[in-house]
Amino acid sequence: MTDLATLEAQIVGAIGTATDLAGLDAVRVSALGKTGSISALLKGMGALSPDERREQGPLINGLRDRVQAALAARKADLEGAALDAQLASEHLDLTLPAPPRRRGGVHPTMQVMDEMIAIFAEMGFAVADGPDIEDDFHNFTALNFPPKHPAREMHDTFFFEANEAGERMLLRTHTSPVQIRTMVSQKPPIRIIAPGRTYRKDSDQTHTPMFHQVEGLVIDRDIHMGHLKWTLETFVGRFFETSEVVTRFRPHHFPFTEPSAELDVQCDRTGGELKVGQGQSWLEVLGCGMVHPNVIRNCGLDPDEWQGFAFGMGVDRLAMLKYGVPDLRDMFASDVRWLSHYGFSAFAAPTAAGGLS
Amino acid sequence: MKFTLSWLKQHLETTASVQDIVEAMTMAGLEVEHVEDPAKKLAAFTVAKIVSAEQHPNADRLRVCQVDTADGRKEIVCGAPNARTGLTTIYAPIGAYVPGLDVTLVEKPVRGVVSNGMLCSAAELETAEESDGIMELADDLAVGTPVAAALGLEAVIDFEVTPNRPDWLGVAGIARDLAAAGLGTLKDQTVAPVPGTFPCPIDIRLTAPDACPVFAGRLIRKVKNGPSPDWLQAQLKAIGLRSINALVDVTNLLSYDRARPLHVYDAGKLVGGFVEARLGQGEESLLALDGKTYALTAEMCVIADSSGALGLGGVMGGESTGCSDETSEVFVESAWFDPLRTAQTGRATGIASDAQYRFARTVDTGFIVPGLDLATKLILELCGGEPSEIKVAGQAPAPPGAIAFDPAYVTRLSGLSVDAATSLDVLTRLGCTISGSGANLSVTPPSWRRDIEGKADLVEEVARIVGYGALPSTPLPPVNATSSGVLTPRQNRARMGRRALAAMGYSEAVTWSFTARKTAELFGGGSAAVVLSNPIASDLDCMRPSILPNLIEAAGRNAKRGFADCALFEVGPVFAGDRPKDQRTAITALIAPHAPRRWDGGAGEDVFSIKADLLALLDDLGAPTASLQTVQGSASPWWHPGRSARLQLGPKAVIAEFGALHPRILSALDVDGPVYAFELWLDGVPEQRRKSKARPGYEASSLMPLSRDFAFIVPVDQIAGDLVKAVIGADKALISGARVFDVYQGSGIEPGHKSVALEVSIAPKEKTLTEAEIEALSAKIIAAALKAGGRLRV
Repeated sequence: MTDLATLEAQIVGAIGTATDLAGLDAVRVSALGKTGSISALLKGMGALSPDERREQGPLINGLRDRVQAALAARKADLEGAALDAQLASEHLDLTLPAPPRRRGGVHPTMQVMDEMIAIFAEMGFAVADGPDIEDDFHNFTALNFPPKHPAREMHDTFFFEANEAGERMLLRTHTSPVQIRTMVSQKPPIRIIAPGRTYRKDSDQTHTPMFHQVEGLVIDRDIHMGHLKWTLETFVGRFFETSEVVTRFRPHHFPFTEPSAELDVQCDRTGGELKVGQGQSWLEVLGCGMVHPNVIRNCGLDPDEWQGFAFGMGVDRLAMLKYGVPDLRDMFASDVRWLSHYGFSAFAAPTAAGGLS
Repeated sequence: MKFTLSWLKQHLETTASVQDIVEAMTMAGLEVEHVEDPAKKLAAFTVAKIVSAEQHPNADRLRVCQVDTADGRKEIVCGAPNARTGLTTIYAPIGAYVPGLDVTLVEKPVRGVVSNGMLCSAAELETAEESDGIMELADDLAVGTPVAAALGLEAVIDFEVTPNRPDWLGVAGIARDLAAAGLGTLKDQTVAPVPGTFPCPIDIRLTAPDACPVFAGRLIRKVKNGPSPDWLQAQLKAIGLRSINALVDVTNLLSYDRARPLHVYDAGKLVGGFVEARLGQGEESLLALDGKTYALTAEMCVIADSSGALGLGGVMGGESTGCSDETSEVFVESAWFDPLRTAQTGRATGIASDAQYRFARTVDTGFIVPGLDLATKLILELCGGEPSEIKVAGQAPAPPGAIAFDPAYVTRLSGLSVDAATSLDVLTRLGCTISGSGANLSVTPPSWRRDIEGKADLVEEVARIVGYGALPSTPLPPVNATSSGVLTPRQNRARMGRRALAAMGYSEAVTWSFTARKTAELFGGGSAAVVLSNPIASDLDCMRPSILPNLIEAAGRNAKRGFADCALFEVGPVFAGDRPKDQRTAITALIAPHAPRRWDGGAGEDVFSIKADLLALLDDLGAPTASLQTVQGSASPWWHPGRSARLQLGPKAVIAEFGALHPRILSALDVDGPVYAFELWLDGVPEQRRKSKARPGYEASSLMPLSRDFAFIVPVDQIAGDLVKAVIGADKALISGARVFDVYQGSGIEPGHKSVALEVSIAPKEKTLTEAEIEALSAKIIAAALKAGGRLRV
């Protein structure tokens, strides 16, 4: 019988000095392979007497188990070292730039339009639209602008050449024609807003030949100016996100409303930033009034039965006020630096839960 | 329009401050633009007396003055030649801002002597254009009197008048509204007639009653014209008017005081013994009082005598009969000119005179003769003379008619709780006459309020004077419309498309709806119907047929600024004509790829990048992308002919075009290529017609999908799409898709051909396929490909 202790020391020693998986496997084969030293001992047990087997059996099996464990442990060590080495060789400099990806955005005017639509949707207003190229009837006559009246001239209208029928089309100077189209085609009660592009021949820091309006129209049997006041106060508070908002209705004149008003909001403009709900200044926000009986009549409705209010506001201007844009012309210049500075994330859609801005 | 507090007080008994008046005007509908208050602007400046003035030790032209000021005795260095002992003048303390010099005074030595303030000239206070030395004031003014009080300077209120209220173009009209609003008591405004002492020798003829329906006039002889008295000069100067002479100043005064424009003719220069209001004729022209010559058309109202045109009625008089210091006989005109014609004449001539402004907005038809009498009274006071009787030709337009009015309508329309008595009181104070009782009233507006045409106008008058501040805030009745959203499917798609593209890295631009006509022509537009007759600029004269040119030009502008790499999109209208149906909503996106160079050698963007984004967008919009045909060769001519395609559901249902822009188009727009883009017409994307919100049942096969690769040899000009379509069609039940993963041309492939490799996805539904079944499927695929012109590569 070989001295088991010597054999064990020899094998464990060889396991310990194996430097790679192949070397370790050679040790395993020499000990536990078909012709391995431990395998030979296990085979030899059959020739032993029962007493010897009772004595030698546990010793040889113990040896085999310990060697197997040592092999497994060493294998794990060597595999770990090999993985470490592989990972070390796979090192990357992660300060290098990732593939370029452009950052897109939503234009501030469109963002503000979405805000307005969300606010008015909560109050039950549907969204109506209509063509940008209009006729004189929808843009002026139906809205109670007498022919050749000075109020028409104040609109700085863009015209097209007259066609064979003598009809001269124009670019709508406000989205009010949509109100007319709605009242003509739809039975009251009506509760709509009309957002869209509008055009006037004017250009300076606060005027551009194209701009955006959102107009509102409510027609029913008993709608009065108090409803108008509540609607606009609610809107202004939601839009400027303050419950502190103080508004002022001021008489004004528009051909298509009677009585007419402009709405001012109390604000503070010191330090260049606009703060609504505090301060000593008034900011003119929009024009509004009760729809003129002539307008209601021009749409085929009886003004003694139906009445209501209308309002209109400049979207770009309110976007400028809310988000601190100094020059209206930049809104339409498509400068990528400006767009990325004033643009909004695609995922910043105004919601009641997430806030409207 | 401007006025001063003292002018207002000529018509209104009031103790209100300027601030009260501004507030009341605003709430009555008069938009105050600006208040120039010298008392505020010049608050730092006060009256002072020079006690002694001695020669400066180190400077010939300077004097060192001891001055009694509001701040005590001060030593002040002064360079004015008139700085002398005993002079009463104006002192500015250290720290005061001197508007005429645009400096704030600091304590500093002047040639070695410290000056503790400054003595001021009128120019330095901006109370005069220029001045010669420091102010010289009356000796009885007390030291410390504010300069505004010392000089009698008043606040000037500048305000905007809406076109419906011509009566506000006179101070008396403003006083009337302020009195009605409770700011004071209106003084009696009636004018006593001035009787004439002889018949008016000048005949008045009206041959264009539409243009000038009524004309009152009188002659005043033996007048002595000349400079106006100081009070009149000061009153006009305070609101920025220049004094001409007494006769002319009277007309200007009444224009601003009563909104009653008048004209004075030097009667000695009238020829033929008559004046005539007629339309312009033939080749006439007029040398007007502004020194310019105007051609007179048949659209204009002309005042003439037998020598020809004397003036443009209601707009401007002529040089030939202007009143000068030599005038001894004056013919005074108080007429009424048609507002529309006067407005048109103003536009045609470019003349915006005070008279034109008022007549264009409608002058009070009830103040024609009283206006003439008031002018006569003033002329007699200032210039003496003998008035003739008044001659009136024609007839004034009828006064506004009565309006049936139920006072309850005030509450119904405005929501204000106002009782009938209050409403009627307001209307009466504004000049209305009321008859009837209860709900059946008849309200007649005054002659100066032709804007009041119906009962809603009466409600506005009551609401405005009672005050909009009293309006209730009444919630709208609730509606259920919001339960299913308020946007139409198209509006909603525009909104989703916007946010989808922004998420893909595109920046939203908003560009003009117009472009240059020649640019529009490059993109299939530019028809006469969409060309503006009065564009704001010659390169913005045509409605755009496409958003592409605007975005391409925007990319070009960005490149010129040094930002060549950009991805832009816009959602907006495009115009094929001037009818509502010709307007479509496009979503247009563009990439001008100038990506930064990459250390990892990764590929940049190409036309397939824009294709990928377009298809992703269409998926987001719910378009039927699986049924879309990609058709090459028929896209619009502004695209690269070989690198562009249409996406369509059929030849008449084109949804989008995409590709690389044609280099010739880019060069015409002065932009470097390549530029990739798509234009998608939202109106062309069919709306989903799903009956229920619930999705169809979900069926996932438990069987493993498998894939097989095939390579086919096809002629080089055959498009891959046809091959893919044929392969998928080989067995629609089993084949779930096929995707090209390699296209090869070159060695090993016969010339004129290419190898297209496809990975075919097979999704067994009922049972796992046997090898034999897979073999059979492969044979079907190969046969289908062969039919489509593809030979299996072996």
